[in-house]
Amino acid sequence: MGLKVNNISKSFKKVNALEQVTFHIKPGELFGLIGPDGAGKTTLFRILTTLLIADKGSATVAGYDVLKDYKSIRNNVGYMPGKFSLYQDLTIEENLTFFATIFGTTIEENYNLIEDIYVQIEPFKNRRAGKLSGGMKQKLALCCALIHKPKVLFLDEPTTGVDPVSRKEFWDMLKRLQTKGITMLVSTPYMDEAALCDRIALIQEGKILEIDTPKSIVKHYPKPIYNVTANNTYKVITSLNMYPFNHSVYPFGEHVHYTDKRDSFNIKELHNYLEQNGLKNITIQKTKATIEDTFMELAR
Amino acid sequence: MKRFIGFVKKEFYHIFRDKRSLFILFGMPIAQILLFGFAITNEINNVDIAILDHSKDATTKEIINKISASHYFSINQIIEKESDIEPIFKKGKVKAVLSFEKDFSKKLITQNHSNIQVITDATDPNTANTISNYVNAILQIYLKEQNKNHTSAYQIIAQTRMVYNPELKSVYMFVPGVMTMILMLVSAMMTSISITREKELGTMEILLVSPIKPFQVVIGKVFPYIFLSIINAITIILLSLFIFKMPIQGSLFLLGLESVLFIITSLALGILISTISATQQTAMMISLMGLMLPVILLSGFIFPITSMPVPMQIISNIIPAKWFIIIIKGIMLKGVGLQFIWKETLILLIMTTFFIGLSIKKYKIRLE
Amino acid sequence: MFGDFIAVNAINFEVKKGEIFGFLGANGAGKTTAIKMLIGISHPTSGNATIAGFDIYKNTEDIKKNIGYMSQKFALYDDLTVRENITFFGGIYGLSRKRIKEKSTTLIKELGLEDVSKNLVGSLPLGWKQKIAFSVALLHDPKIVFLDEPTGGVDPITRRQFWEMIYKAAHQGTTIFVTTHYMDEAEYCDRVSIMVNGKIEALNTPKKLKSQFNVESMNDVFLNLARG
Repeated sequence: MGLKVNNISKSFKKVNALEQVTFHIKPGELFGLIGPDGAGKTTLFRILTTLLIADKGSATVAGYDVLKDYKSIRNNVGYMPGKFSLYQDLTIEENLTFFATIFGTTIEENYNLIEDIYVQIEPFKNRRAGKLSGGMKQKLALCCALIHKPKVLFLDEPTTGVDPVSRKEFWDMLKRLQTKGITMLVSTPYMDEAALCDRIALIQEGKILEIDTPKSIVKHYPKPIYNVTANNTYKVITSLNMYPFNHSVYPFGEHVHYTDKRDSFNIKELHNYLEQNGLKNITIQKTKATIEDTFMELAR
Repeated sequence: MKRFIGFVKKEFYHIFRDKRSLFILFGMPIAQILLFGFAITNEINNVDIAILDHSKDATTKEIINKISASHYFSINQIIEKESDIEPIFKKGKVKAVLSFEKDFSKKLITQNHSNIQVITDATDPNTANTISNYVNAILQIYLKEQNKNHTSAYQIIAQTRMVYNPELKSVYMFVPGVMTMILMLVSAMMTSISITREKELGTMEILLVSPIKPFQVVIGKVFPYIFLSIINAITIILLSLFIFKMPIQGSLFLLGLESVLFIITSLALGILISTISATQQTAMMISLMGLMLPVILLSGFIFPITSMPVPMQIISNIIPAKWFIIIIKGIMLKGVGLQFIWKETLILLIMTTFFIGLSIKKYKIRLE
Repeated sequence: MFGDFIAVNAINFEVKKGEIFGFLGANGAGKTTAIKMLIGISHPTSGNATIAGFDIYKNTEDIKKNIGYMSQKFALYDDLTVRENITFFGGIYGLSRKRIKEKSTTLIKELGLEDVSKNLVGSLPLGWKQKIAFSVALLHDPKIVFLDEPTGGVDPITRRQFWEMIYKAAHQGTTIFVTTHYMDEAEYCDRVSIMVNGKIEALNTPKKLKSQFNVESMNDVFLNLARG
């Protein structure tokens, strides 16, 4: 059970979409695939949901081989593609009934699984899907993907383009589903959502950079990171970029994250340097690496 | 089976909720039939004609008077020689020229028959046909009057000569043509658009990642359109029967069977189009360019196939609509049975099998 | 008025020259409506506004000459090359041929695109496209640039390069107006306004907003506001 991906490679024309991707997901795990657009997340989802065939490598989903047992996989997985993929001209209820029917089940049969999500949209059940807000569409899509009680649930960027409130609600729903024993693979470009997964894989340009729990993955960060601020962020960035000892300089919201090449780094020295560059109200503080720092360090 | 019924139900929701398409779907056949029907009238009134009288005797004068007395024709001019005919047609002043042969009266008396040539401008074939019928009718009335007074029966033979478009099309030709076009449009274009819409929406991905079988998707898509096409075919036949009093000579049952065959041919084509197009727009373009234009231009619906250049005639053979038009023309207008159209039917059957086979082969169970 | 609800209720704010101003709100909160009014393609039911000193009722043509616009949905033509895109947009804004040539050469050099300047834009990675699009929006030296969700989905490193470009433009005096519902983009702005149901519910620096609600991130500020 769970999911096993071994050395999967896939290319389109000249572009390598996936290169030697390997990871295993334990049954009941909530696994995150974190990476920007074009990293190969959707291609990987399509291979695992039997929509595409990999050039190389093998994979099993819930114990079934993606190539040989594709029919069994289609009976046992739920898939929510990145694009909203329901019938806009059908109502909430009609969409759900339709998907229940083609999976050979009924809404009543697995109602307990979707109940706490469905009650939120049930008041609008006669409204057409095309007229729903982003958050409601997403809840409906999740209901449709769950209606046949899948063993594994694939969610491709479910929170892209959704406002923060709906995003939070959505992750709460996933956490509750997890208690029902469903294995989940979720992809997202948001680094802050990574923390909500059991384990994450960082992916860029078709390659897995690192796989670990969100807590441990930041421990791989090799250097101390300093938060630098001053009265003019642009000047901070340009000054730090010119500083001969910099290892990395990344704006991070109102701060700039700075790492130094040397093992013995002196805050005072940098402070002076920035002052010489005409900056005022300078603060330099040690800070903890985030998943995004780790991602950038690995992707360099 | 439950899955299939669920799928078909969903398809009907799509069709009935898209009010605009629904209106086009059912409005178009009615509009087209009425348009073609009323544009082609078989009534004529004060049509300008010219007279070329080579004998100028009493009989010809009488006939000319009869013709000019009727409100159907008005004599625009009298011409003197054969070579004048062409220029006045070219100027478009007259629709027909009546040419009386030399020694008209004498021949009528000595040989009991003489000839009138009715030369018509058949660029407007329906009018041309009607004109020659009316001239004939006037001549018959005249002869009946004359023959009362004579013991031996005279005969005046009106020879009709059509210029510019010798292959005259039937007045009712538009019914088979419109029917072919509508069935093609509804069956092929609508199915191809409805399948590509699922691709564009992304719902095809979900359908593929579900236990529903590809052939169930295809049949489920096609089923509602068979139903709609049959309704359209019936509408067209009823309209032509009751509004235009078009006689259907052959068996209605055979007509129905052949129509269903053609509907299936078109649906198979529609599925084929949808397998090669990724968007609704492409599907629509291919349907219009690849199906509608050939049906209109090359099937013999508007332009007679025999007057096409040879390469076009050869190309027209691969157009299913051509064969269907021959079939329904045969059944509707000539009243022939299967023994006369089995060849065309067989060709359609082979084409259909080929298209279905190709679509099944091309149908993807995955995304690429 | 849009149907039976008011997309944008009386909103008041001022953006300073050279400021990076974040205009935040959920989908359907009225962001697009407000932007359309500001760039002069839609008129407010009531109220007034000036953009770069120009009145949005009277001087719409002047406004168009003095603003730049870039959105994630439409930025450049995929079927034109990098250079063709630059030339095209330069032409639209009435730059002389010589100036276009100079500008495109420096722009391509600054972005390090010498090798791909003859490639179709469609073949480039998303992050590159966004950087080119931003430079193109700045081509005619506008006083204000409107950016609509400029870095959604872009990889973290490219995103930072993008923000460095924005900082630079602002530093040189261009006012930057960013609309987004990605709260991490909000963190980079000098000041942000948060719109809920057509009303501006908060307007301050990200730092002050975070301390006001006593939370760690703009995301949490938003969650607090949206829940009322």
